[in-house]
Amino acid sequence: MLANSALIGGLIEVCREAIAANADHLSELDRAIGDGDHGTNMRRGLEAVYAERNRLAELALPKALEEIGFTLVMSVGGAAGPLYGTLLIAIGRQLDGANGQHDFARALEHAIDAVARRGRASPGDKTLLDVLYPVHAEVVRRAGLAGISEQAERAASLTFGMRAMRGRAAFLGDRSIGHVDPGAKSCALLTAAICRFLEEQCPA
Amino acid sequence: MSGMNPKSANVGIVIVSHSPLVAEGAADMVRQMVGDCVPLAWSGGNAEGGLGTHAAGILAAIERAWSDAGVAVFVDLGGAETNSEMAIEMLGEPRSGRVIICDAPLVEGAVMAAAEASGGAVLARVVATAEELSP
Repeated sequence: MLANSALIGGLIEVCREAIAANADHLSELDRAIGDGDHGTNMRRGLEAVYAERNRLAELALPKALEEIGFTLVMSVGGAAGPLYGTLLIAIGRQLDGANGQHDFARALEHAIDAVARRGRASPGDKTLLDVLYPVHAEVVRRAGLAGISEQAERAASLTFGMRAMRGRAAFLGDRSIGHVDPGAKSCALLTAAICRFLEEQCPA
Repeated sequence: MSGMNPKSANVGIVIVSHSPLVAEGAADMVRQMVGDCVPLAWSGGNAEGGLGTHAAGILAAIERAWSDAGVAVFVDLGGAETNSEMAIEMLGEPRSGRVIICDAPLVEGAVMAAAEASGGAVLARVVATAEELSP
């Protein structure tokens, strides 16, 4: 079992790496159907979290997740800041209230619903929700880390055929079809990075 | 990120745009209309001054335009609204209950709302006046 501080620090590091390595690609996806800043926005956010990693790693996991959420809200900008921020803040608060019984699947469900409310979006609208809901389904059926990661990547790819209903891409109507949603893509990249890290650190 | 606001009993106005130029320009038009009798502030662009929005800047603008009578917020595109909602939440109760994001065009809405606010109208009236502009 990984010590709490190593777990938090490690998660921050792999998420930052995943975004840094793919920031240009994410902005490229966003240029096609949005305002082209998703990669740089996410990188700014993850760098802000990384800068605070030592302080965050000293916190209990639920509190750390909540604080990471606040940092993302304050640093990412764009719609992604409030959406990812809401996700993490809600997971953290939900885990914190679980009386030590860390029901991650339920916390995740609650948090995804909060993201949906924040963005006033539904499944199929071509947003990060189209990755989050399938990921949650895999968590519920205890698919294992590799299965969750694969499902996230597959779900992001499926946004290619969707028509955007929310965000800047919705202005394009049918022309939004034929492009992977940048928010879905960053969500899949982060999910994959987290799963890979956990698999390496805590082999089943 | 301007806003030199004398303490005022009138409803405050906050303008949020992805562009600092748009936000500042719209604020100038409001100021021309109502002078200093309405608390006014704007937030435009991301944290680095480029195009975008950020919750911290919006929160600071709400603080600058704060009035106990409430604050009406005008936004341009999606991220401006989402980040404004986040900023209002961070303001905390009970003040968050006295800030409303208007469903109205940024420039026309802000100018008309400010004109209404300058006459001492309550927040609900200020918001309703601006929202009449939306079909």
